Amino acid sequence: MARFTSENTAVAEEIIARYPVAKSALIPLLHLAQEQDGHVTDEAMIHIAELIGVTPAEVLGTASFYEMFKREPVGDYVVNVCTNISCMLLGGEELLGHLERRLGIKAGSTTADGKFTLEDVECIAACTEAPCLQVNYRYFHRITHEQADELIEDLRAGRRAHEIPRHGTLSRVRQQLPETRAGVVPPDRNVEPAWLARNETATEAGS
Amino acid sequence: MTDTSAPPTVDVTVDGRTIEAAKGELVIDAAERNGVYIPRFCYHPRMKPVGMCRMCLVEIDTGRGPALQPSCMIECTDGMIVATDTPVAQKAQEGVLEFLLINHPLDCPVCDKGGECPLQDQTLAYGPGESRFVEEKRHFEKPIPVSDLVLLDRERCILCDRCTRFAKEVAGDPLIHFMDRGSQTEVNTFPDDPFASYFSGNTVQICPVGALTAAPYRFKARPWDLDQVESTCTSCSVGCRIVVQSSRNRVVRYEGVDNDAVNWGWLCDKGRFDFEAVNSDDRLGEPLVRDEGLSLKASTWSDALRRAVKSIRQGLDRSGPEGFAVIGGARLTNEDQYAWVKFTKGLLGSDNIDAQLGDGLPADAVLGLPRATIDDACRPGGAVLVLGPDTKEELGILYLRLRHAVLNDGVRLVELASVATGLTDELARVSLRYRPGYALPVVRALLAGDAGDAVGGVTPEAIRAAAAALGDGPLTVIVGRANLAESGRSIAAAAAAIHHTRADVRFLSALRRANVHGALELGLSPGLLPGRVTLDGGREWYAERWPDLPAAKGLDTAGILRAAADGKIDTLVLLGADPLADYPDRYLAEAGLTGARTVIALDQFLTESVKQADVVLPVAGFAEVDGTTTNLEGRVSALARKVTAPGTAQSDWMVAAELAYRLGHDLGLESPGQITAEIAATAPAFAGLSVEALTAPAGSDGIVVMLPTRRNGDSEADEAGDAGASAVGTAVAGDGPTDAGGAETAVSTVGEAAIADATTGTPPEVQATHLLPPATGVPLPVWTVIDPPSVDAYSLRLVVTRKLYDRGTLVANSPSLSEVAEPATLHLSPHDFDRLGVAAGDDVRVTSNRGNVSVPTVPDPGVPRGIAHLHANKAGGRANVLIDGNAPITDVRVERP
Amino acid sequence: MTDLDTAPGHEVPRILTTRWDLADGFTLDRYHDTGGYQALRAALTSMTPAQVAEQVKAASLLGRGGAGFPAGVKWGFCPPGVFPRYLVVNGDESEPGTYKDRILMERDPHQLIEGVLLACYAIGVGQAFLYVRGEMALAQERLAEALNDAYEAGYIGHKILGTDFSVDIVLHWGAGAYIVGEETALIESLEGNRGMPRLKPPYFPAAKGLYMQPTVVNNVETLANLPWIVSNGGAAFADLGVESSKGTRLFAVSGHVRNPGVFEVEFGTTTFRDLVHGDRYGDGIVDGNTLKAFIPGGASAPWFFEEHLDLPLEAGAVGAAGSMLGSGAIVVMDETTDAVKAAWRVVRFFARESCGKCTPCREGTSWLEKILRRMLDGHGRPADIDKLLDICDNISPAITWPPKQTTICPLGPSAVSPIASAVLRFKDEFVAYCGGGGEITVPVNGKAYLSTPSTVGAPS
Ligand SMILES: Cc1cc2nc3c(=O)[nH]c(=O)nc-3n(C[C@H](O)[C@H](O)[C@H](O)COP(=O)(O)O)c2cc1C
Ligand code: SF4
Ligand code: FES
Repeated sequence: MARFTSENTAVAEEIIARYPVAKSALIPLLHLAQEQDGHVTDEAMIHIAELIGVTPAEVLGTASFYEMFKREPVGDYVVNVCTNISCMLLGGEELLGHLERRLGIKAGSTTADGKFTLEDVECIAACTEAPCLQVNYRYFHRITHEQADELIEDLRAGRRAHEIPRHGTLSRVRQQLPETRAGVVPPDRNVEPAWLARNETATEAGS
Repeated sequence: MTDTSAPPTVDVTVDGRTIEAAKGELVIDAAERNGVYIPRFCYHPRMKPVGMCRMCLVEIDTGRGPALQPSCMIECTDGMIVATDTPVAQKAQEGVLEFLLINHPLDCPVCDKGGECPLQDQTLAYGPGESRFVEEKRHFEKPIPVSDLVLLDRERCILCDRCTRFAKEVAGDPLIHFMDRGSQTEVNTFPDDPFASYFSGNTVQICPVGALTAAPYRFKARPWDLDQVESTCTSCSVGCRIVVQSSRNRVVRYEGVDNDAVNWGWLCDKGRFDFEAVNSDDRLGEPLVRDEGLSLKASTWSDALRRAVKSIRQGLDRSGPEGFAVIGGARLTNEDQYAWVKFTKGLLGSDNIDAQLGDGLPADAVLGLPRATIDDACRPGGAVLVLGPDTKEELGILYLRLRHAVLNDGVRLVELASVATGLTDELARVSLRYRPGYALPVVRALLAGDAGDAVGGVTPEAIRAAAAALGDGPLTVIVGRANLAESGRSIAAAAAAIHHTRADVRFLSALRRANVHGALELGLSPGLLPGRVTLDGGREWYAERWPDLPAAKGLDTAGILRAAADGKIDTLVLLGADPLADYPDRYLAEAGLTGARTVIALDQFLTESVKQADVVLPVAGFAEVDGTTTNLEGRVSALARKVTAPGTAQSDWMVAAELAYRLGHDLGLESPGQITAEIAATAPAFAGLSVEALTAPAGSDGIVVMLPTRRNGDSEADEAGDAGASAVGTAVAGDGPTDAGGAETAVSTVGEAAIADATTGTPPEVQATHLLPPATGVPLPVWTVIDPPSVDAYSLRLVVTRKLYDRGTLVANSPSLSEVAEPATLHLSPHDFDRLGVAAGDDVRVTSNRGNVSVPTVPDPGVPRGIAHLHANKAGGRANVLIDGNAPITDVRVERP
Repeated sequence: MTDLDTAPGHEVPRILTTRWDLADGFTLDRYHDTGGYQALRAALTSMTPAQVAEQVKAASLLGRGGAGFPAGVKWGFCPPGVFPRYLVVNGDESEPGTYKDRILMERDPHQLIEGVLLACYAIGVGQAFLYVRGEMALAQERLAEALNDAYEAGYIGHKILGTDFSVDIVLHWGAGAYIVGEETALIESLEGNRGMPRLKPPYFPAAKGLYMQPTVVNNVETLANLPWIVSNGGAAFADLGVESSKGTRLFAVSGHVRNPGVFEVEFGTTTFRDLVHGDRYGDGIVDGNTLKAFIPGGASAPWFFEEHLDLPLEAGAVGAAGSMLGSGAIVVMDETTDAVKAAWRVVRFFARESCGKCTPCREGTSWLEKILRRMLDGHGRPADIDKLLDICDNISPAITWPPKQTTICPLGPSAVSPIASAVLRFKDEFVAYCGGGGEITVPVNGKAYLSTPSTVGAPS
């Protein structure tokens, strides 16, 4: 558990190589760590600090600022119910209350079997589809209490595994930067891009 | 080279009054300079502004109408109108204060900061009356230790970002950081990764509330029963200005004083917290005398002095002045030092006196090379070559100044270091990893800009890179003794080579013991007399002033110890010196102490060496005496007495005077002040110095002692003459040639006086005499450096360096610090472990032709192959049992026991 | 997933939503079939960067992220001769009520990518960063796929389409922090730091942005307009809409309406009444209830009421009435809505999302939240009402519009709008929660903060 596996270390190094400054890779690497372990472990943060050349305190300083990074284990499925204004107007709070009773836990906690973590979250940008929720950041729009119950049952029974990976995995597709990439642009290289430089000449061509 | 053109100014209106501000100056500073104090919490003049507390909001109109702006972020522009007292600005400020207070515990009665708390003060000045906050306050676990020395109370914290900014921006140790977000934000460390910074104490000093407290100070006193004087830290030779605070005749705290020339308000933790040693119960309060039973017994001053005088007399009768020797004195004040030189050289006629313990540099190198100030070294765009110790470990605040210069002012730094230092990774453009013994050839190659092939383990590429980094503009060389197992002569020779080859070069000495530079200036070294004159150069002048003078150049510490070992020393005086711990060659030190017929020790503590003495005289120490001290720039500043010494402890100068008296002479010394005056009148280089000047408000920056003047024939002195001029300039400005500031300060007048006297060469008090004072300045001798033997296949070359926290007297007697001092370890290149057949952490035996120690190993990528790296004077392994004082280097074997 | 309900029978021009109804609108093939990457090809072969920038200026395309600043003008702020320049795409959509950038990214990622490429070409950017909100897994997948395909097809990378134009687009996700939507916080976050805004001055992104280099930050919707503008010309775009707002704009109508949805609407020609009551849009209030209030431009915007319904959807008119179109989020509240509860919920959001940098925002917003919560729990005191407003005044002096601020960024002051709106218009409800009584002495100046209906909102 904890530091990056060797393949993930390779992925981490590839990610770092995308940025002009290594520290920019910090948040992506924290996501990678959470994808690996389900939450962000101290050991992972120490490893990240080594990879990008900062102190563990700096890594934690950034990690702790963002809600998605969990420092404690959470359920396989993190259920985020939006209760912000648009959803509140259409029953978001009731939906949350229903799920609390259904799962037998208060928002912000995890079921004893470690399957579900329930959270009361801010606007998730589905306001016209209220009330809505997310499971491991996959959307469910205009959810009735019955549909919510089904969803929980399906998840318990593992019937949604294909569409919802375990907590920590966001995009299942990674961006690949091929050989044909343009290459990172370091902040200290003050050169005008070629296509801007030829501005005038081309104007003539263009007109 | 120094740019004197003043920066362009702009006119700004502050509360209706038009003031002149430097272009780019921050509104908050410009206003304060003109008597308008804008409240603030996050802003600190020595750190980059963040504008987050919002306390400094004022209305600023740059043409588009007044708008609330943080005055700590806005730079003055011409025609800008600033209003700090409008209803809008005031409501905003009151609002911010109320916001800061709603979650503040208001536990002022039990808070260390109570009484000196900006939050408390500003609440009185700008705050709302009663609280409108009826909700539950934020709660955090009460003080948590963020390090062994610093505690943090997150409920009191107002999130001003000062400590966290200091950690990253100034100290370069971002180990404390904001965590979480919004109203849950807190400052904290990473779990089990404490804020272990040599500079952590500064965060306590700059915390605007009582959130950060120092373990050594907590609950020791309340600000209102504190009593304080300004003084100079003597924990090392940087000489940071501090205030010494006491309560009921006990020192309870040091705080940094912000002066431009030296420490900018910062202190290292050693300097800040070793006040505990002053209060130590182990301080010597009564004299001790060795009885027939050969054990030290408590005694009286009269009895102890009688014993001392008896042995001195007998010694003089038996073998004349050559039988009398003094080791130490680098921890004394200038006045104490002068008294002992006058006693030893001027009364007894012995030249066997040395303030250095074989762990420094030849005195004529330190005095003969043109000197640089810290500001010279840090001048924007300049270049620095470090040919000395790891400043982070030995001269903390010099390290902070260099770090700032490199990171902010484009200073290019190159170091010659046999093992990685605290500067290597972050600050050094090039770090030349040379093999001990080869400093001179490597420096020669560097000066040539090229090396045919590798020299002393350094590749030609590295040499070229280093030469390129240094360029051929002005250069400051930081010269000192990094490796105790490498002779100081080879370093001196290398420095001299640079001096002879480079045009615009100055040298900043990195000898570390508190007042070692004062000691050298005042002649606590064979062949020298006070005021930077040689024995022969000053003979005529001093013959007029002192009863006697040494016939010829005497012995340095090595010579004294050898002579003592051969039974040629009748009386050996230890002036606050502990050769057994500090002299690089432990066996010679032991032989010397046993060989000397009588050993008289003046000290504050019963050190290992003092235990060997026959007569032990308790002396007063820092914060217990008045006087002056001289830092590594040659900057003289004032020391102040704050508490009384334990028991019957005396000042060192009094002991000298007392001994002289009992020998039937009068040294003519009455008080520190009078001695300072005598130094100024007698010692040529100190002409014009006075206590008044140093204790004047502007004296905080001290006065840089004049350097050799033109009238000194030889070329070095000519060079030095220029340096002298600028160094005097330093004294004039009170802050480096660039500073236009305190032009008409008390200091300056003295400084100018000094220049005048220097050129006519006549110290004021001695106008009358027919005799001109000797030319100051010590010619550089030519050091012959023998190439070290090449190391055989089975051996490693020894490198012994110092750590900030060792077993030195101050740390050892400051519980808070001795706790953080790690025990001895042997650092080896990770690549050498297999070859040596040892594993990380193994206990190994390190053997030289002198002796051996057993220590655990640590793999250290900063150590090159074939090097064995130990730290000096550490618990659990004395490096100095290995070192052969005669050899240029020491090689060792490393085996499993 | 329930499918998104786009309005039936659009006659209004469609610039941004043309592929929304296509099941495979997000694929490169379908993008090609529907004219994809033609604008890029045209620009690279027959237009200079300056000419592209000119078209965008001519279109006077207003930023869609909230601040509503003209994109063309903003690009011009990059100091000449200072390189490199970076582009950061703001896809952190998290303003309550706002839902448009996510659909644009999920359903038509290539349109955004093409827009990004055009911007990079015009501005002279060699590396762009596409910052997507962390919680949007599907958008991340669709963009990752789209980027991979576009690299494959030679639209991104080295020597694009064989020209000397080379740029990388790096996909980057956030991790849950609303404030990171603010452009300088976005940059801090992209540098791997806590998302705390920088002070402007001196840190205007165009001058000192990412890595202290000139940086353009643009919203997803803003950039998604570029392919159309380059293909059809800035003039054609400027022909749509009215003086102060050109082109079309996405509005998310949510809350108590019968047909919530995201609609592409021509600026100025449509009114709030159309959006709320028009059958092709909101189709009226639920259950035949009456309108109580609506938020015209995201949670930060002062509330509007019945009398504002006839205002045209156009920045100038809305600004004059004391609020903003902001991020195009219209939240409708009917008569059953508890004004105190609604205000509390919006304030709670800002309190939870404060980055903590500025004292007034960090302490003030959570204090406001605590007081409102206490009222709702039945422990309100008459003095609380005035206290609420006075705290607001300490965060946003004079409680006016556009807001003044004692803070670095507008988040803190954003918590003031819902309170001022609700307290003034629905004071009786607050009084009820405070056991009767409750005097208001703090002056409130925002034009939309109305205690009684007035004609302020009438179109001029
Ligand atoms: C608190 C706050 C939150 C913001 N959130 C967003 C956001 O989620 N998405 C966005 O595009 N702009 C957001 N903005 C606006 C951005 O700061 C910036 O103006 C915008 O991204 C510029 O792009 P544009 O000119 O294309 O609109 C926010 C601003 C503030 C003050
Ligand atoms: S106003 Fe709030 S969110 Fe904005 S910078 Fe200040 S504290 Fe952060
Ligand atoms: S002192 Fe200016 S904002 Fe804190």
